[in-house]
Amino acid sequence: MAKQSWDTADAVATKRAVPDGLWTQCQACSETLFRKALETNLFVCPRCDYHMRISGRQRVLQMADPDTFEPMNEAVTPQDPLEFVDLKPYRERIIAAQKLTGENDAIQTGAAFIKGRRTILCCMDFTFLAGSMGSVVGEKLAAAIRRATELDLPLVVVACSGGARMQESGFSLMQMAKTSAALARFDDAGGLFISVLSDPTTGGVTASFAMLGDVILAEPRALIGFAGPRVIKQTIRQDLPEGFQTSEFLLKSGFVDRIVHRSNLRSEVSRLIDYAGK
Amino acid sequence: MAKAPSSSTFQLDFEQTILEIERQVSVLEERPDCETFREELETLRVTRDALIAKTYANLTPWQTVRVARHPGRPQTLDYVDMLCRDFCQLHGDRTFGDDPAIITAFTRIGPFKVLLIGHQKGRTTAERINCHFGCAHPEGYRKALLKMRLAEKFNLPIVTFIDTPGAYPGIGSEQRGQAEAIAVNLREMSRLRVPIVCIVIGEGGSGGALGIGVGDRVAMLEHSWYSVISPEGCAAILWKEANERTNSLAAQALALTAKHNLKNGLIDAVIREPHGGAHRDPKAASEAMQSWIVEQLGELTRIDRDTLVRLRYERFSRIGATGTSTST
Repeated sequence: MAKQSWDTADAVATKRAVPDGLWTQCQACSETLFRKALETNLFVCPRCDYHMRISGRQRVLQMADPDTFEPMNEAVTPQDPLEFVDLKPYRERIIAAQKLTGENDAIQTGAAFIKGRRTILCCMDFTFLAGSMGSVVGEKLAAAIRRATELDLPLVVVACSGGARMQESGFSLMQMAKTSAALARFDDAGGLFISVLSDPTTGGVTASFAMLGDVILAEPRALIGFAGPRVIKQTIRQDLPEGFQTSEFLLKSGFVDRIVHRSNLRSEVSRLIDYAGK
Repeated sequence: MAKAPSSSTFQLDFEQTILEIERQVSVLEERPDCETFREELETLRVTRDALIAKTYANLTPWQTVRVARHPGRPQTLDYVDMLCRDFCQLHGDRTFGDDPAIITAFTRIGPFKVLLIGHQKGRTTAERINCHFGCAHPEGYRKALLKMRLAEKFNLPIVTFIDTPGAYPGIGSEQRGQAEAIAVNLREMSRLRVPIVCIVIGEGGSGGALGIGVGDRVAMLEHSWYSVISPEGCAAILWKEANERTNSLAAQALALTAKHNLKNGLIDAVIREPHGGAHRDPKAASEAMQSWIVEQLGELTRIDRDTLVRLRYERFSRIGATGTSTST
């Protein structure tokens, strides 16, 4: 096995989603990989087992039984309530991200079967503005949670996000409260929420719905945390311990139930649904 | 206890002229023969008041952030002195420790017995270090939740004072689950069966603020700020560098002032501060806060509990700006 450069959170933080093209390189071990073969391997590097970042759509394909995903609220689009401009206008960033990804925003939500069990499945999309949660992600998630509550279906959310979307400021912040409040009602109704944390899950997404799973699963070696490693380093002015803010770190400190290899995710989820009797 | 403005050597650059006039006024006032300067004093006072009014009516968002961080600005414990009676502090999260960055207490405000929760930044250097400058650890949020459950059990309304640059980013706080602690508070506050009113009294920094900020009514003091990230944090990421210029641009873009947040429907009220900010007249600020709290609790305690919780849920569910694409 190659030297595991992905062990530090910082290294993980710089990784991007798998680009298109016939051949692609593993960002952890630099192995050149044939994309088709990689896809069959669920975008896990066959050489070093690095779990690559994948789009929300790709994740849905991996999680759902073939042709069972029925999307909800596909046409919901972001707005620019603050007319936010940094180095580029937010409006332009949205349009560029939509062109790049072909998606309206950073999450797929819908009904799907997972190993024959009916679920509400939500998959975040890091390829769209770093999977950041603004009003669209918050609203689509809340709607999905409400649907799961109405139909008494298990809820599976695969988180993959840099956190709240800064360009929607207070609106983004309040999506944390909105999604958490929706989960309170789902919980009151006895619903099962399986939260799957993938690389990366940070900021306002971790500090809201992602950490509220009845069961919390994480993919191996994902970056998971509240504050970003750089911010922490700047604050405490010392180096971070090896493996800090990885899935393994969270398992050890008691905030993740299980670390699950991507190839086992579907069977783990369906097994949990079974145990919960849903 | 809140400090008089003159006791602080801290200066905001846009206040220099005001401070100079204030200095002249106090020098004249202290003279034994000050009676002979009555007219000059009066003119100075009028000039000062006009200048304060003008400056504070036209603060930029970045200036507002700096007023919100003024070291002389009243903090939770200052307001406790001014508006709470029979203050009975409760310590500890029963699991890890007692975070001094979040104060929890039974107390009386006006005619109400309440549970008070508030960030505390500390005044002296030692206090500030002890409180991590108002940046709470997970045990602070867990303490808050534990005491809020007490309030629910004994049917006491909850009042929270928000004043934090953000939840503490450190090794211990991550290890002990900062994200989980905040997330659980968001979920649980949304369904607590007692009235909750929240006031951003200084800084409303992101999840660390919201972690005690899910309420039936949320207000901001006039010169406080509330946003998803601090202007410096935002500038560092989106402008690649945090400096005076980019901080100011970020503060503007984030729409973090009380006025902006009210306009965007994210808060319910702006509590007016005395001329020149709460640090010039803490008593007046605390009186304005007290009357708002008493008014809100008067209304909220009359609402039956199922309705109360439903309205709170709906309050947060409504927030968001989305459109519908026509192309799909």
